[in-house]
Amino acid sequence: MIMTNNVYDVAVIGAGHAGVEAGLAAARLGAKTILFSINLDSVAMMPCNPSIGGTGKGHLVREIDALGGEMGLNTDRAMIQCKMLNLGKGPAVHSLRAQADKQLYHTEMKRVIEHTENLHLRQAEVTEILVEDGRVKGVKIATGNSFEAGAVILASGTYLGGKVFIGDAVFSSGPNGLAPADKLTQSLLDHGVSIRRFKTGTPARVNKRSLDFDKMIIQLGDDKIEPFSFLTPAINIEQEPCWLSYTNPRTHEIINDSIHLSAMFSGNIEGVGPRYCPSIEDKITRFSDKDRHQLFIEPEGRYTDEMYVQGMSTSLPEDVQVDFMRSIPGLERVEMMRPAYAIEYDCIDPTQLKLSLEFKDIAGLFSAGQSNGSSGYEEAAAQGLVAGVNAVQYLRQQEPLILDRSEAYIGVLIDDLVTKGTNEPYRMMTSRAEYRLVLRQDNADMRLTRKGYALGLAGQERMDLLLKKEQAIEEELRRIEAVRFKPQEINSFLEAGNSAIVNNSVTLKDLLKRPELNYDILSKIDVTRPALDQNVIKQCEVTVKYTGYITKQLAQINKFKGLENRRIPEEVDYQRIEGLRIEARQKLDSIKPLSIGQASRISGVSPADISVLMVYLEQRKRRVENV
Amino acid sequence: MYDTIVAIGTPLGESAIGIIRLSGEKAVALADKVFQPKSGRPFKDHPPRTMVYGHVVEGEEVIDEVLTLYMKGPATYTREDIVEINCHGGIVPINRILTLLLREGARMAEPGEFTKRAFLSGRLDLAQAEAVMDLISAKTPAGFKVAYDQLEGQLSKKVVGLRDRITQIMASIEVGIDYPEEDIVEMTYQEIKSVLEDIQAELDGMLKSAETGKVLREGLHTVIVGKPNVGKSSLMNALLRESRAIVTDIPGTTRDIIEEHLNIRGIPLKIVDTAGIRETEDIIEKIGVERTKAYFNRADLIILVLSGAEDLTLDEERMLELVRERNALVLINKTDLPQIIDEKRILEFVAEDRLIRISITREHGLDALEEKIVAMVYGADFKGQGENPLISNVRHIGAVHRALAHTREALSSTGQGMPYDFIEVDIKNIYEALGEISGDTIEDDVIAKIFSNFCLGK
Repeated sequence: MIMTNNVYDVAVIGAGHAGVEAGLAAARLGAKTILFSINLDSVAMMPCNPSIGGTGKGHLVREIDALGGEMGLNTDRAMIQCKMLNLGKGPAVHSLRAQADKQLYHTEMKRVIEHTENLHLRQAEVTEILVEDGRVKGVKIATGNSFEAGAVILASGTYLGGKVFIGDAVFSSGPNGLAPADKLTQSLLDHGVSIRRFKTGTPARVNKRSLDFDKMIIQLGDDKIEPFSFLTPAINIEQEPCWLSYTNPRTHEIINDSIHLSAMFSGNIEGVGPRYCPSIEDKITRFSDKDRHQLFIEPEGRYTDEMYVQGMSTSLPEDVQVDFMRSIPGLERVEMMRPAYAIEYDCIDPTQLKLSLEFKDIAGLFSAGQSNGSSGYEEAAAQGLVAGVNAVQYLRQQEPLILDRSEAYIGVLIDDLVTKGTNEPYRMMTSRAEYRLVLRQDNADMRLTRKGYALGLAGQERMDLLLKKEQAIEEELRRIEAVRFKPQEINSFLEAGNSAIVNNSVTLKDLLKRPELNYDILSKIDVTRPALDQNVIKQCEVTVKYTGYITKQLAQINKFKGLENRRIPEEVDYQRIEGLRIEARQKLDSIKPLSIGQASRISGVSPADISVLMVYLEQRKRRVENV
Repeated sequence: MYDTIVAIGTPLGESAIGIIRLSGEKAVALADKVFQPKSGRPFKDHPPRTMVYGHVVEGEEVIDEVLTLYMKGPATYTREDIVEINCHGGIVPINRILTLLLREGARMAEPGEFTKRAFLSGRLDLAQAEAVMDLISAKTPAGFKVAYDQLEGQLSKKVVGLRDRITQIMASIEVGIDYPEEDIVEMTYQEIKSVLEDIQAELDGMLKSAETGKVLREGLHTVIVGKPNVGKSSLMNALLRESRAIVTDIPGTTRDIIEEHLNIRGIPLKIVDTAGIRETEDIIEKIGVERTKAYFNRADLIILVLSGAEDLTLDEERMLELVRERNALVLINKTDLPQIIDEKRILEFVAEDRLIRISITREHGLDALEEKIVAMVYGADFKGQGENPLISNVRHIGAVHRALAHTREALSSTGQGMPYDFIEVDIKNIYEALGEISGDTIEDDVIAKIFSNFCLGK
């Protein structure tokens, strides 16, 4: 029975990275929200790598931040090292990655939640989702208590039916020794949700004092840290290093000798693991010609000696783990603190969801994060934010927040999951984003903060900063067009910098277009330059230098939008469209795409099917017009 | 299901065999109503894919003795049930059987409707469907071969090959971006450049052959010019005698714009507006320099006929000037008479190999003219080379043009040492443009294309 004080607008199941963003977003939009976690000591826990961001993922964090989410801010509070990756490549793929103090990340996030109005953090295992007449009504917890909620968000991570594998040891468990949630899957099945089984894994943690860093290569952070959040002005911390070492033929021999003991090879694991994050036994088997694989030793926090052994995820028995690690330079005397393990868990087939992350067949029930088949903290957080916003939009009968592929990595992520589905834990990569030249991490605020502000999620401070930045960019772009140099003023500078000399006067903008010149180099002659924010400089540089390419990309986006704007009426009966292949009919019928563009991305729907569908819609339209 | 359509599958005219084809749900039922197998069993009880001998009857009257074949869908051209009735050729039996079937409830197929159904059922992709349309309307065996090869997927195969190579570049770039800390060897600028240059060469070749392909499909737009009595009409008549396939008075054209279609060694010549030319005394005087130029510009080939027995007139010199930069042949006619023409003067305007000495009345030199035309169409001077023209369809040519332009841009980006992710913008554009040919890229305007080619809807 539901007690009167157990009445909420939104209930969130799970307080991992998806759950906390969902809970915070819903509460910040004014909904009375309850956030459940099996154990409050695991709120915003990082059960795998001690870092946030990276290629593609760093973009997601910036976008979460631009919309008014918490992950960027919290990473800024908890980071102990930071690095901009891909600086040798174009600005669109520069990706920020921070090493975080896991304990601090958890504590800081928990504190933010505790201080958020309308948000109630509650320890409990949710065992049942209550649904009446196709509408969600609330949840029931293990103690038998029920909570009423108009919208419920599933963010169960790897807890559902969690099973851990270490060698031949198999036991029921959530991540990192926490209790699993073994009852909720049945409730989902009862509501007709289709469930799948995925697998992931994590490497061992070792004691720093048992490592010989002289035999490894040090990996330092950037001299000047660029914060994740657009709200963080600067970060001044002492950074902790990471370390690089390599496996060798001896390591591979040890692993090969014991490979039959690996849970992944013995056939005990039924779940599908991610190809892009293979275990070490996988790497050795699949790339047998490589005589070494790299591994990074990363700190788990500032106040602990536990170190994470990146690249060595495995489900081999504990003694083999120690053996093979000890064959690696610098790890000869390694002391293992937590063994590597593989974990199998239940998740839903995300093609059951709408682009709003609401179940197509259960009104008010949303799902986000690993329970949708994604992997990674950032992917989870991004979905959590969208689900949190849309739960509130649903209750208020407002349009859901749907970002398309040309607007945000978040849009790519959700469209991929919902439209294409996934057969392995889904990871964000820049290559998944077709329009990444405009989806840069440096302009996430310019792309998304207005939307976040309109929703009420991004606050006034963000909006003011954005307007200020945009104004400064505009002024600077005007200025560089106005500043001119005569040949005699500039040629010696150009000659010295191996840049072609000029015969007529040139503007600062003309010079900036040259690949060999940039703001930094030009500062010698640009004496009238006002004090400029680094972000402003970056935007101006990108705008001027790469304008041709950005124009091309915008043309591609226009083409994309053309198909995206061809809406498919909801009442279309795919089973009755002549010429569609059976497989295409079934796929279209189950996904129910909103547009031709979305339909074209469904796997199993061929371009010929799309042509048939377009012909059908055109004929239908003509019929309607003729009536 | 669509309704059942019927059409005559062979050209109308005197021939040994005529084929009438039905496609649709009721194909067998309709055939059953008009066809009596000799076996005595109804047609529908015969196994598919066997020829059944019998008669088409109307009431008591036997219309024709026929062989009938039933092909069961979906393993057919349209993926529907198809019945083919093989009757005697000639207009009368074919028309009577057709009329009978129409009366029983079949609907006359629209032009291209069988192909439309094949496309709509997913049996053909757009490139193939277009090839079928080209195949049907191809004017010569060589044109037929281009369309046929395309249908066979030669073009698609080529495009898939090119796209594969582009994918490799993209994959290398992507891996480098998404895994910056792995020790992976990325393609160098030099390697990317070399692949792009190969692709550029292939696309260039396709485009050059495209000119030939278009000529083979649509005909070589030819004009014959010259002063009165220089031998234009005789030339026309001589060429017409040589030509095996003479088509005049094409349906849809009116009498005052005459197209003469000749077939010179497999190359269709479309001689346009010859009536006008034959009457024209002094073309430039009559219509002015600009209009003559515009007139010449519409032509793929200009044949300028001069008389060897006379001096060059001022008008002829002006014409020589106009054809200087064009695909043109200069004929010096009347070599049987004493020659007084100043050939050196002519060679100031055109190259020696464009000059043909001929006597039309003696039928001397016509072979040389035909060889020259063939050499021009297939040869290097006709903006292209002859080997296996792969593409002839305007939409495909457009896509290859775009792919080539993007390849040049990608090469320029590579040359400037732009970051890989920028180069990839151009590379992706090549990939997309090629996908338009094989139908792997979904174009917004493909719908317009489909509707204009297959006249769908009402």
